[in-house]
Amino acid sequence: MSRQMTGAKMVVQALKDQGVDTIFGYPGGAVLPIYDEIFQQSEITHVLVRHEQAAIHAAEGYARSTGKVGVALVTSGPGATNAVTGLTDALMDSIPIVVFSGQVPTFMIGSDAFQEADTVGITRPCTKHNWLVKDTAQLSGTIHEAFHIASSGRPGPVLIDIPKDVQFATAEYSEKTKRKSHYQPQVKGSIEGINDLVKLMEKSKRPIFYTGGGVINSGPAASQLLRELVEATGFPITSTLMGLGAYPASGDKWLGMLGMHGLYEANMAMHDCDLMINIGARFDDRITGRVDAFSPKSKKVHIDIDPSSINKVIHVDLGIIGDVAHVLEDILKVWKSRGRVTEKEGLAKWWTQINEWRKIDCLAYTGSEKTIKPQYALQRLEELTKGMDRYITTEVGQHQMWAAQFLGFEDPNRWMTSGGLGTMGYGFPASIGVQMAHRDALVINVAGEASWLMNMQEMGTAMQYRLPVKQFILNNERLGMVRQWQELLHGERYSSSWSESLPDFVKLAEAFGAKGIICKDPADLDDAIMEMIKHDGPVIFDCLVEKHENCFPMIPSGKPHNEMLLAADAAAFASGATLV
Amino acid sequence: MSALRIKKGSSSHSAYDLRSTYGDTVERHTLAVTVMNEPGVLARVIGLFSGRGYNIESLTVAEVDHEGHKSRITIVTSGTPQVIVQIKAQLGRIVPVLEVHDLTAEGPSVERELGLFKVAGKGEQRVEALRLADIFRANVVDTTLQSFVFELTGTPEKIDAFADLMRPLGLVEVARTGVAALSRGDH
Ligand SMILES: Cc1cc2nc3c(=O)[nH]c(=O)nc-3n(C[C@H](O)[C@H](O)[C@H](O)COP(=O)(O)OP(=O)(O)OC[C@H]3O[C@@H](n4cnc5c(N)ncnc54)[C@H](O)[C@@H]3O)c2cc1C
Ligand SMILES: Cc1ncc(C[n+]2csc(CCOP(=O)(O)OP(=O)(O)O)c2C)c(N)n1
Repeated sequence: MSRQMTGAKMVVQALKDQGVDTIFGYPGGAVLPIYDEIFQQSEITHVLVRHEQAAIHAAEGYARSTGKVGVALVTSGPGATNAVTGLTDALMDSIPIVVFSGQVPTFMIGSDAFQEADTVGITRPCTKHNWLVKDTAQLSGTIHEAFHIASSGRPGPVLIDIPKDVQFATAEYSEKTKRKSHYQPQVKGSIEGINDLVKLMEKSKRPIFYTGGGVINSGPAASQLLRELVEATGFPITSTLMGLGAYPASGDKWLGMLGMHGLYEANMAMHDCDLMINIGARFDDRITGRVDAFSPKSKKVHIDIDPSSINKVIHVDLGIIGDVAHVLEDILKVWKSRGRVTEKEGLAKWWTQINEWRKIDCLAYTGSEKTIKPQYALQRLEELTKGMDRYITTEVGQHQMWAAQFLGFEDPNRWMTSGGLGTMGYGFPASIGVQMAHRDALVINVAGEASWLMNMQEMGTAMQYRLPVKQFILNNERLGMVRQWQELLHGERYSSSWSESLPDFVKLAEAFGAKGIICKDPADLDDAIMEMIKHDGPVIFDCLVEKHENCFPMIPSGKPHNEMLLAADAAAFASGATLV
Repeated sequence: MSALRIKKGSSSHSAYDLRSTYGDTVERHTLAVTVMNEPGVLARVIGLFSGRGYNIESLTVAEVDHEGHKSRITIVTSGTPQVIVQIKAQLGRIVPVLEVHDLTAEGPSVERELGLFKVAGKGEQRVEALRLADIFRANVVDTTLQSFVFELTGTPEKIDAFADLMRPLGLVEVARTGVAALSRGDH
């Protein structure tokens, strides 16, 4: 059946055929034909954000919390340039999104036309792939290809730039199934590699699973298989910031997050292990610290779908290219068929050592009756929301790290944070995207006041769409993470790290018609949190916390894992001692 | 346990490990990259090299399969072994890249470049230029009473050598194509 339609209609038709139900966007001259088509249908909900950066982060939140592809629509010129931060964020964190941008008509491209920008040029380095479609006949095929590329292999953002005349012109719509893409990344791992890995696992006395965002990217089956493998082998497991929830925080093999602000036991186990099995993580510099001192005694295995991740930062003994779920399935098969062997005695000793490290209690902090410690606020939030149908997003800074340390994630896709780019302003719009996908869930954005202000205009979006997102702001009136570095590494010279002239957050909430809650007394905290949870609508929770709290443990950059800085070292430092 | 040795008041610390981790043995490799000839593909390849700080010594491109719209890009690059492996993997990630071959690593190959040289001079110098061109088997593709344009095909080293010899004899201008390369044998 041949179907003729305009380019604008093709966009909407292709989205429907791809199973899209929600898109985030902001209109402008160059996308009006598409907005006209959106107006004339009801299957796809368009969420009008208040800034295009927020549209992209919302699409990211939607994607990460559902495992589906997120979609955003922006106009040409400033609409597209506003999307650049979000695109870069999605590229760094491997989040599948498809972004449509309007462009000036083809015959005006290159003439410095009104709101013209070289969008494919600008976004080339911050997308997995992008297209300028100059012919309506190519449009629907390109859109289907875009969804395929965004979601297969290592996921990422793609952008389609559509000139206005291409939206108006008519051509034949090509169905989703019509063409086979040449882009077909390898998903099955090499069986030799898997056999070699199983042999290493059988002999290892001090193994560790180091898992990452790739497990989440791979889908729920990957998390399920990971759990099975961990339980069957009894090996300890740690995860990066991006992989939290793939293995449940309540599991007894769980060592907590690793890395710069990771747990003592996780980092020590990484440093002293004899077999490191990296599953879908990318040896980020927040993890490795000083590269030449990184886990010096171990054999390293890396399972990753992107060949460029392997040996990029850390030289590994064995690389297995493939999709996490596929590879884990084969590992389990081979390991079971060879008799489920592990080095029981060595493993028992290893656990004894790990339990010694656990006793350090690296997350301990000095409590207070007078001020709310940020750690305490998160402990209470965890306690009061545990077991609920809960999704957490974060902004960037100390609060983000404390959230990773003190909140427990039992399932994948429940934790949305900007890891690779570290984009302040991510969390609020991401929470909107998550809530759009899970209308009845409890969605909380754990925020710092400075980050939150970067996309605060989204209060309008939350109100308009009745999205009961909870903005849990740990307000220390400081750019806390910056202040911490300045205190420890720049001679306590606090250059521009104050949050001056802050708004009254309760009045700000009320100005948008939302609810504002302020809390500064630890004794009131539980009631205030419950009030936030129970309120059926968006809430800004201004939690006034200790202003000078530092986030520990901390591995200063360029230091090996076993030179972690703990709260006790810092206390000594504050009293004037040199840290040695 | 912490051995930070951070003195109060010090500020020489960075948010990154400032020590480079790369070894220093630099190798030169010739890569043959087959790509879909779609708009922007060359910009993607060049952007990858500039964005990630890799070297390009030479780059040539032309469509080699007109029906299939496939182009071949030949890149001569240099870097430590670790960097070369990364370059190949990063090229492989570019969506319209179909194949990446390392001609230097995959066995013997032939490399050729074409150079055009304008040499101006009179008398003895002019005779000498012509004599040397003959030794190099360069062709004369343009002549006036005061100048020659020579055409020479060969390895980049041969082109370099010829340019060095022509310089004192009145070399005015050089144009080079960059390297084209193929593996030897029947594969
Ligand atoms: C202030 C701040 C502090 C931070 N501190 C820490 C810290 O202490 N600890 C920490 O862990 N992080 C920290 N981060 C985050 C850090 O910067 C990185 O974003 C993070 O460590 C990367 O996680 P990852 O290795 O899991 O990789 P991701 O970025 O999630 O990459 C996933 C990897 O898996 C691969 N992959 C994707 N899909 C698949 C698949 N289907 N199958 C197989 N492989 C796949 C990809 O190719 C990639 O290599 C911090 C960030 C900020 C902003
Ligand atoms: C867009 C952007 N600009 C600057 C930074 C650098 N930065 C990282 S954390 C931070 C401070 C964040 O302060 P706040 O949101 O209040 O959180 P806190 O650290 O106090 O918890 C800054 C400025 C960044 N990550 N993102």
